[in-house]
Amino acid sequence: MTKQIKLAAHFPGVNNTTVWSDPASGSQIDFASFEHLARTAERGKFDFLFLAEGLRLREHAGKILDSDVVGRPNTTTVLAALSAVTTHLGLAGTLSSTFNEPYEVARQVASIDHLSGGRAAWNVVTSPDAFTGQNFRRGGFLKREDRYARAEEFLATVRELWDSWAPGTLVGDKENGVFARDPGRFVHSGPQFDIAGEFTLPRTPQGQPIVIQAGDSDEGREFAAKTADVIFSRHGTLEDGQAFYHDVKRRLAAYGRDHGELLIMPAATFVLGDTDAEAEENAREIRLQQVRPATAIQFLEQVWSRDLSDYDVDGPLPEVDPDPDAEPLTWGRVRHEKDPLETARRWRAVAEEKKLSIRELVIEATARQQFVGTPSTVAATIDEYVQSDAADGFVLVPHLTPGGLDEFVEKVVPHLQERGVFRTEYAGPTLREQLF
Amino acid sequence: MVSAQLHLGVAIDGAGYHPAAWRISAVEPAALFTAGHYLRYAKLAEAASLDFVTLDDSLALQPGGEGVVRGRLDALLTLSAIAPVTSRIGLVPTVTTTHTEPFHVSTSVATLDYASRGRAGVLAVPSLTAAEAAHFARRPAPSPEDGDAETAEVLEVSTRLWDSWEDDAIVRDAATGRFIDRDKLHYVDFEGRFFSVKGPSITPRPPQGHPVTAVYGDSPHARAADVVVTRADHLDAVRATAARHPGAKVLATVSIVLAETEQGARDRQRELDALMPFEPAGLSFTGTPAQLAAELPRWAAETGVAGFHLRPAVLPDDLDLLAGEVVPALRAAGAFRSGYAGTTLREHLGLGVAVNQYQGA
Repeated sequence: MTKQIKLAAHFPGVNNTTVWSDPASGSQIDFASFEHLARTAERGKFDFLFLAEGLRLREHAGKILDSDVVGRPNTTTVLAALSAVTTHLGLAGTLSSTFNEPYEVARQVASIDHLSGGRAAWNVVTSPDAFTGQNFRRGGFLKREDRYARAEEFLATVRELWDSWAPGTLVGDKENGVFARDPGRFVHSGPQFDIAGEFTLPRTPQGQPIVIQAGDSDEGREFAAKTADVIFSRHGTLEDGQAFYHDVKRRLAAYGRDHGELLIMPAATFVLGDTDAEAEENAREIRLQQVRPATAIQFLEQVWSRDLSDYDVDGPLPEVDPDPDAEPLTWGRVRHEKDPLETARRWRAVAEEKKLSIRELVIEATARQQFVGTPSTVAATIDEYVQSDAADGFVLVPHLTPGGLDEFVEKVVPHLQERGVFRTEYAGPTLREQLF
Repeated sequence: MVSAQLHLGVAIDGAGYHPAAWRISAVEPAALFTAGHYLRYAKLAEAASLDFVTLDDSLALQPGGEGVVRGRLDALLTLSAIAPVTSRIGLVPTVTTTHTEPFHVSTSVATLDYASRGRAGVLAVPSLTAAEAAHFARRPAPSPEDGDAETAEVLEVSTRLWDSWEDDAIVRDAATGRFIDRDKLHYVDFEGRFFSVKGPSITPRPPQGHPVTAVYGDSPHARAADVVVTRADHLDAVRATAARHPGAKVLATVSIVLAETEQGARDRQRELDALMPFEPAGLSFTGTPAQLAAELPRWAAETGVAGFHLRPAVLPDDLDLLAGEVVPALRAAGAFRSGYAGTTLREHLGLGVAVNQYQGA
């Protein structure tokens, strides 16, 4: 049977991929920008809009990074405000399970579910980072190996709270004066959380808001297979995507879950053109804007943990090796390179083989899943990825804020609809109804 | 003589402040958990050009058993959900300061200010109950004195974080490749008795610079904010609170039961109290809209408060009479403005431009 594609729109937060120097680039902070992207996504019948979370500004070499788009609003507050200007679009946000407590997160996500009539989703993440912790009462207390233990128990506790108003608790009998009977009682006693009392919100329109999980590690995959509704991944090629897809879906059975109960949605970018060649040229220019000279050096320094500011970005990679014992130069960015010496070896090999300068190498090494081509090519490629089980859908990241999704909705979505692989009307009012 | 212009905020909690309100209001109980319920009241208040609406909150259920409204939405998120679909009314949620993270408090209020284009405030309230503490189990409930001291710290660090980006910090200078001028971002390096915060904020300085800060000011430990709400229950005590906070806009809470005739108002009060006896905090008024319109300017003159935080007994009934009759009568007497002069809550309250403590530092 033809699979139906899931689509989400990401409003980029702090990043080097938003082309802020483009004249069409607008505010990344004004509410009007969020409203624009949300309305566009809803016009395109997208499943949900997704916001990441920022908790401390990035620093590089001891200074606040000034070359990237920076500055963003509080995630839950924006999602609640967006509920007023949309009617069907899901509203998904990242909330750290480290710098929040279950009672608060349960309450915030449940509140958004009530306010939006059943459209809330929570992306569960953890952060062990003392750097970010300097902004919080909590500090950087969490040991790396405890991350998933805390995340799992955090999510289980939040779900207990979401379920704490049994059916029929809200009586609302005016005549006899019974508003609610025995509301919200809970007791949770575990290694991470030992809390008890009463939860403040009735069961929400979705019952259980949607749970998203991001993370590629073995523990992350297992956590998602056990309990998430959606998993974000970052697998660029068809083959990598298929391998990830099969690995994660295979894990579901151990938890008594069906193949369709966990949706795999990688982040993806897109570049359109009137011809495939024009789209390729557009993509090249966008990559040059995303990886400016200063950004290229920062990426390199992030791996090398050395001051490389004297190197020519249009010249070859440094001959000096990374310093494997040095403190990281960049703080606040997720590090995907675990072994800097190995990474440097790999990058040198690629640069030598393809004759790449520093900047060209960084462009190559940091490229994410990209759909480049005419609207019909892009629609066909997305469909191919989904039908061949490299993904269930994608979280699209436009390179322009807030208008970067307009073109996709106007030009690509109709092709997907014509192919019969994407909805033309929303299934019902809740996000759960769109996704499952 | 034209009397001083009053500032008026109105509470839009639940089905009204009276615990029996939900039983005589036409509103369906389940509607209390929808955005539309609060939007309707915010629009009524906005049509009357009131300064702001408040929404109460805590990290525990309301006490009182099965006969009263129990359960509520997060107040800040609820007012965020009506921000884009209102245009002038100030939005002042209660935000708790004990178990929450001050960094989140600061950015979420700043974001409400963005979503409302300059109409956000925050009523900062400590969590003093054992029930709230048990929902977090990280620390015991603080004493009232410590709760107030910590609230003052939360407001101070919030303000520092709001100021931690100068207004022109975003430069988008393609020539130098700089999106921001990092010299216009500032570490707040807050070290208090209860917590420390490094900064800067992740959120640029909000439209008002400083969203309006408010506290309840009856405790002897309460430290002043932009607005101090007193729930003192007689005029002498209101006057004493106003005198204790000379730099703030002090507003007195008045719970109101209105009807077209004095007898009608007394009957409504009796009906409510018969369902559930109740003594509200703060001043109380039962009578006609014209009588209330006569009392408010007189009370303000006698106590020195800048205005009132009005709490309708039953929604929408008492708010309808407040907006439809009390406000026009106040206007006729020259005691309330005829419309909004500005667009921000600071402008409504006459608070002036917020100065950035780090500007040029």
